Amino acid sequence: MRELQDCRRAFAATLLELARSDDRVVAVANDSVGSTMLTGFGKEFPDRLINVGIAEQNMVGIAAGLANSGRVPFVCAASCFLTARALEQIKVDVCYSNRKVILCAMSGGLAYGALGATHHSIEDVAWTRAVANLNVVVPADPTETAQALRAAYEQDRPTFLRLSRMPVPEVHDASYQFRLGRAAVLRDGNELTLIANGVMVARALEAAAGLASQGIQARVVNMATVKPIDDEVVSAAATETGGIVTIEEHTVYGGLGSAVAEVVVLTAPRRMRILGVPGVFAPTGSEEFLLDHFGLNPRGIEDAALELLQVSSRR
Amino acid sequence: MTDAAEDLVSRLRTLSNEARKRDLAMINAAGLGHAGGDLSVIDILTTLYFGVLNVNPERPDAPERDRFILSKGHCAGALYVTLAARGFFSPAELDTFEQPLSRLNGHPDASKVPGVETSTGPLGHGLAVGVGAALGAKLSGANWRTYVVTGDGELQEGSVWEAAMAASQFRLDSLTVIVDRNGLQQGSTTELTIALEPLAERWRAFGWSVREVDGHDHGALLAALAAVPFEPGRPNCLIAHTHKGHGVSFMEDRVEWHHRVPTDADLQAALAELGGM
Repeated sequence: MRELQDCRRAFAATLLELARSDDRVVAVANDSVGSTMLTGFGKEFPDRLINVGIAEQNMVGIAAGLANSGRVPFVCAASCFLTARALEQIKVDVCYSNRKVILCAMSGGLAYGALGATHHSIEDVAWTRAVANLNVVVPADPTETAQALRAAYEQDRPTFLRLSRMPVPEVHDASYQFRLGRAAVLRDGNELTLIANGVMVARALEAAAGLASQGIQARVVNMATVKPIDDEVVSAAATETGGIVTIEEHTVYGGLGSAVAEVVVLTAPRRMRILGVPGVFAPTGSEEFLLDHFGLNPRGIEDAALELLQVSSRR
Repeated sequence: MTDAAEDLVSRLRTLSNEARKRDLAMINAAGLGHAGGDLSVIDILTTLYFGVLNVNPERPDAPERDRFILSKGHCAGALYVTLAARGFFSPAELDTFEQPLSRLNGHPDASKVPGVETSTGPLGHGLAVGVGAALGAKLSGANWRTYVVTGDGELQEGSVWEAAMAASQFRLDSLTVIVDRNGLQQGSTTELTIALEPLAERWRAFGWSVREVDGHDHGALLAALAAVPFEPGRPNCLIAHTHKGHGVSFMEDRVEWHHRVPTDADLQAALAELGGM
C-alpha cells in the first residue's frame, strides 16, 4: 500500500519556501498556529506570522488591509470558522475589493469527524464558489497541494484553497504539473467518468480499478479547481462517456457536483450521480467512518457507477 | 493661529459648504442617498483630504500614500463629493451617482473608484482593514498613516472591537479612528437602541489613546489630527461630536433624514441656507 501523507505538511513547507523567497509574504492565523502547521514559519519569521487571536472576521479584514499595504497574506485557519464566520469579509474586503489574499482553509469537509457538525465544513465550497473574483481549489495530495499553493501565489486575484487533514496517498507522479483551472485526467476510459477532488480522488481511482475488474472502463478526472471549472474536460466526459459520477467531501448542494452539472446541462446533457453528504448534518464518528457512512468510499462509488450504467454488479 | 492656518481653516469651511450643497443636489437628483450622515461627516472628510492626508490624485495607488477608509460606507455620497473636489475624478461624474452602470454606487467600490482603498457598506469592516494596512506599514518601517472613519451606531458591530483589540496589541500608533459621533442611527438614538456611552472610556479600556473634538470645527479637527500619535505605542481614537444633517436647519439632529431624500423644495431651502449654488 502506498504511503499516506498529511497534505498540511506539504502546505507548511511550501509556504516557508515562498516566505524565504518573497519578503512580502505573511501568514495570518486565528490562534490555530499549531493545527495550521505554522510553528516553523513563526520560528523563522516571527514578525511575519500575525496571530489575531480567536477573531476570524478580524483575521480576514486584517489580511485584506495587509494586501492593500503591499503584502501577500496567506490566511491559515480551519475552514469551518474561516468561511462561516468571515464570509462577509471574504466577500467584501477580499473579493469585492479584489485583494490578492490566499485563503488557506484547513481541515475542510468531514476532517473534524467526531467533533461534530459545528466543526464539519461541508458547505465551504458552495459558499466560496458563489462569490465573484474568487478561485476555489481542492487539491488531492501533497504534490498538488504544494503546486496549488504556488499557483495561488502567482494569481493576481484571491484564491480559496481547501486542504484536507486526513492522510492520503500521492495520486500524481513527480512529473505532474498543476494548472489552476485545468483538470487532470488520471485514468482513461469511455464507459463513464468519475470526477472527484480532494481526498475523494484516491477513492475514485480505487473505484475505477474495481470497475475495471468487472470489465467497465471508467475515466477518472481530478477536478481540483472547482472555480473556474475546466468546462472542456467536463464537456468531453459528457459527450465521450456514458455518464458522470461526481464525488466530493461536501454537501451535494452547490459544490463540485453542482459545478459539473452546470456545465453538463448547458453543453451536453447526460445522466449524472452526485455523491456527497446528502443535505444533512453529519453524525459523530471519525472522518473515515463518516465517509463510509455516506458511501463516499470505493464501494459506494462503484455502486453509483453501476446504477448509473444500469449494469448489475457482477460480484 | 497663524495666518496660514487661518487661511486653511477658512478654505476648509468653504469647501465643506460647497460639498454639502453638491451632496444634497446629487441625492435629490438620484432619488437615493444618506443625506443626514453625509452632512454629519463632511467636515471630517474635507479636513482629511484638504488638510491632513498625503494622497496624490494623479497616483492613487502610490505605495507611500496615506490610507483613508470610510467604514460607514453608506455615506459614499460625501466621500464621492470630496474625492471629486480633490481631483480623483471629474466632478461632472457626480451626476451619475447611483445611476445604472455608474461606478458611483450607493456604497464605495474599491475596484472601480480611484481613491477608495477598500469596498465598504456592511458596517464593522473598515477598522480591521485599517489595522491590516497599519500593520503592513509597521512591518515595512514605512511612515505613512492610516485613518478610518466609523459611524457611531456602527460600533454596535462586534467586529469593530476585535479590530480595536488587535490595534492596541500590535501597538499601531500610526492608526487613527475617527468616530462620527452624531448620536443617531437609522431608527433612533444610539443610546436608546444599544447604548455606546461611556464611549471614550470604552476605547481607552481597549488600549487606545482618546481625544474628543467638535467634528464640525475644522480648526479643532486639524489640531487634533496634527497631534497624532497622541501617545507613542497606542492607536488613536478621535471622537468627533457631530450632528446628523448639520448645516441645514430642518435636517439637523432629525432621525428621519438618515435616508430621506430632499424634494426639489427641500433642496432649494437647503441651498438657500447654505448660500446658494
